[in-house]
Amino acid sequence: MLDSGLQITPKGLYCPEGDFYIDPVQPVPRAVITHAHADHARPGSRDYLCAMPGRDLLQARLGAAARIESMAYGDRRQIGGVTLSLHPAGHILGSAQIRIERGGRVSVVSGDYKTDPDPTCTPLTPLTCHHFISESTFGLPIFKWPAYETVMAEINAWWAANRDEGLTSVLFVYALGKAQRVLAGLDPAIGPILTHGAVEKVTATYRNVGVALPATRHVDAPDTASDRTGALVLAPPSAHHPAWMRRFRKRATAFASGWMRIRGHRRRRAVDRGFVISDHSDWEGLVATVTRSGADWIGLTHGYAAEMARWLQDQGHTAEVIDLSDRPAPDRGDRLE
Amino acid sequence: MKLFADLYRRLDETTRTNRKIAAMVAYFRTAPPEDAIWAVRFLTGRRPRRGVATRQLMTWAAEQAAVPNWLFEASYEVVGDLAETIALLLPPPVRQSRRALHNWVEADLLPLKDMAPEERREVVLRAWTEMDTGQRFVWNKLLTGGFRVGVSQRLVVRALAAVSGVEANVIAHRLMGEWAPTAATYGRLLSSDTEDADISRPYPFYLAYPLEAPMAELGDRGQWQAEWKWDGIRGQIIKRGGQVFIWSRGEELVSHKYPEVRQAAAQLPDGTVLDGEILPWRAGGPLPFGELQRRIGRKSVGKKLLAEVPVIFLAYDLLEWDATDQRQRPLSERRGRLEQIVAGLGDSRLRISPTAAAPSWQALAELRRSARSRGVEGFMLKRLDGAYQVGRRRGGWWKWKIDPLTVDAVLLYAQRGHGRRAGLFTDYTFAVRDGEKLVPFAKAYSGLTDAEIREVDRFIQRNTIDRFGPVRSVRPELVFEIGFDSIRPSTRHKSGVAVRFPRILRWRRDKRPRDADTRETLAALMSATGRMAATFPQ
Repeated sequence: MLDSGLQITPKGLYCPEGDFYIDPVQPVPRAVITHAHADHARPGSRDYLCAMPGRDLLQARLGAAARIESMAYGDRRQIGGVTLSLHPAGHILGSAQIRIERGGRVSVVSGDYKTDPDPTCTPLTPLTCHHFISESTFGLPIFKWPAYETVMAEINAWWAANRDEGLTSVLFVYALGKAQRVLAGLDPAIGPILTHGAVEKVTATYRNVGVALPATRHVDAPDTASDRTGALVLAPPSAHHPAWMRRFRKRATAFASGWMRIRGHRRRRAVDRGFVISDHSDWEGLVATVTRSGADWIGLTHGYAAEMARWLQDQGHTAEVIDLSDRPAPDRGDRLE
Repeated sequence: MKLFADLYRRLDETTRTNRKIAAMVAYFRTAPPEDAIWAVRFLTGRRPRRGVATRQLMTWAAEQAAVPNWLFEASYEVVGDLAETIALLLPPPVRQSRRALHNWVEADLLPLKDMAPEERREVVLRAWTEMDTGQRFVWNKLLTGGFRVGVSQRLVVRALAAVSGVEANVIAHRLMGEWAPTAATYGRLLSSDTEDADISRPYPFYLAYPLEAPMAELGDRGQWQAEWKWDGIRGQIIKRGGQVFIWSRGEELVSHKYPEVRQAAAQLPDGTVLDGEILPWRAGGPLPFGELQRRIGRKSVGKKLLAEVPVIFLAYDLLEWDATDQRQRPLSERRGRLEQIVAGLGDSRLRISPTAAAPSWQALAELRRSARSRGVEGFMLKRLDGAYQVGRRRGGWWKWKIDPLTVDAVLLYAQRGHGRRAGLFTDYTFAVRDGEKLVPFAKAYSGLTDAEIREVDRFIQRNTIDRFGPVRSVRPELVFEIGFDSIRPSTRHKSGVAVRFPRILRWRRDKRPRDADTRETLAALMSATGRMAATFPQ
């Protein structure tokens, strides 16, 4: 952390010269937000700043009263003693890496990011810097993602086979980001696409911002009852309980997540199928991004930070674990992604 | 290999029975017989022995993946499965082999254990470079002797029946016992000709579920036979063509391990098959199961062990008589004939399983209270008019076990689980109090819900005191009610006791470690229940 211009505090990562926090875990006067997922965007701060494409998502997360300012990707702004700019992270719509420049020294906080293609958001812009704080949710070499097209072809084939058997396909996905990325690759010719309320709401926001997505209908909208057989339903994992699932009498279930790469996780989810698709980088993506940054100091946070840091040290880098979570231990396996 | 790996993937990726059967039917229709028979073998749990030390596999895989050993082990800890870890870490294949399953198995896998170390390495590495991730996973599972897939033997049988048109029970019977994995065997397996040439072949065992409803719902007590439930090894005696074959329920031929039973059975007429239990027995009663374990592990039995742990065969049922299948006849008829046969033999090494006379359900329930002091696990209830069925079935037979003994114990150590529980801390060691100390006395893996397992996992991550390899010692705070079937003294355990079938009954969130039971509680349980513990010399 030495000389990075950033400090770890109980409220989160803090930039004293600009007097702002990045993804603070407690209310602060000024918060810069990498993206609108609940574990990064928390309510209660006085002023928020985020990248422009993610503004509406953040407003939806924080409520109408939250004061949110936004910046276009790449625009530079002087805040106190530092120059701040936000750059695409490729994680979800509006996700940003935060670049802080001060006296010729550059620090970058990656937030969550991925290197794989995603039709619903701007791809990651690789940055060079002196200090790089990178996420490492999937920081082990066992994590290697298949191509997006390959996974979408598997999902569409699964859906079509279920339809032919008279089943409803219920696919569990995180409501923000994953749902829209999967939706963009679904083949609407197979059948109707229905959504859980949480997914429908976020999807509407994506459409408002101009992201083109296949048509969807809320699962409880009038006239959908007859459509449910043969339909694909996008629902958050929290909907996987009998009271909600009762709607679909004959159904097949699946879960879409990077964790599905591991057979034990797949089986533990108690779904029929697991599809390997993540909005985080796999091992190769993490290594490539961190290496390309040219940083002479690398901080790692989330997931397998200790393993990734040790491996980078073995390769001759200066790397260490940065604990930004408000939890005493990494909650592996169940972390939102 | 590709065909078989695809089958494995299709079986593994769905929990739907009809898709699993469809996948197997498609495979058996396509695969050549010399491959299909190996598939049948592996799918029905007949795994080849491990041909390579896991330590070597780990080293070779780490080298090939250009991953340091510590990172390999960190990955293994997260994946929870060695075969899978290797498959996930290896670099992409350099070419795709078209070799068939039987060729891989017969030319590479089986000869491995007799190869020189250098050659062994070469064979394993060559296989890895020619297989994709899915094939490697299946191959590694075969290499490590850990091949398992989520289909029951019954599902495999249903698929084979669908492919051949032969009745499922006939297929199930043909799969019993020992057979060579050849194309000819596969032909006979699916053959419509029902002539049966193999004199050693056992019948599929009929297995019971635990009783689910109150006794009254079983109807009239007079329609049921009640037998004590014994804690030994379920077995089948076959006397055909002048030879005796003894099979364990695991379909292992164990004739040579129990010479006293073999001698007794030799007096049976040809064309007789008995179902029953192999029990360690002395002075009119059973010895603890732990004594039988001393004989299970031995290839050959010495005079000393024969004298210390004599066994008998307690006959439950008559499956074949006069070379004719008796299984469809009612139990009352089978039992009547069985009693005559055993009585006619007059050999104390082959006895009949006694029935309980208690004339009402209530009287039976009262009698059941004496189970523990008799060294039995409860009752088996069998419908007198029922047939002897195939596999685990409801309705005709029920097991009615006694309630477990219980103590409240403190979680002391934890280890990560495997398979479905990979990466989570699910394997626990529990302790009772001994003055100010805690003494570990049992390990248990089952009994918690998935949500509870996640909660305990988080507790362990936050409350680890020390690490010994994969084992963590945790702050002694959580208390669980542990159940077990029996308890006896043991010199091999620090606590001085060994418990049978320990499991977690519930999480006692209302209790603190100071409320946990003590070593004295265990001693009291032992003296209250242990007929054998008291009489058997240590």
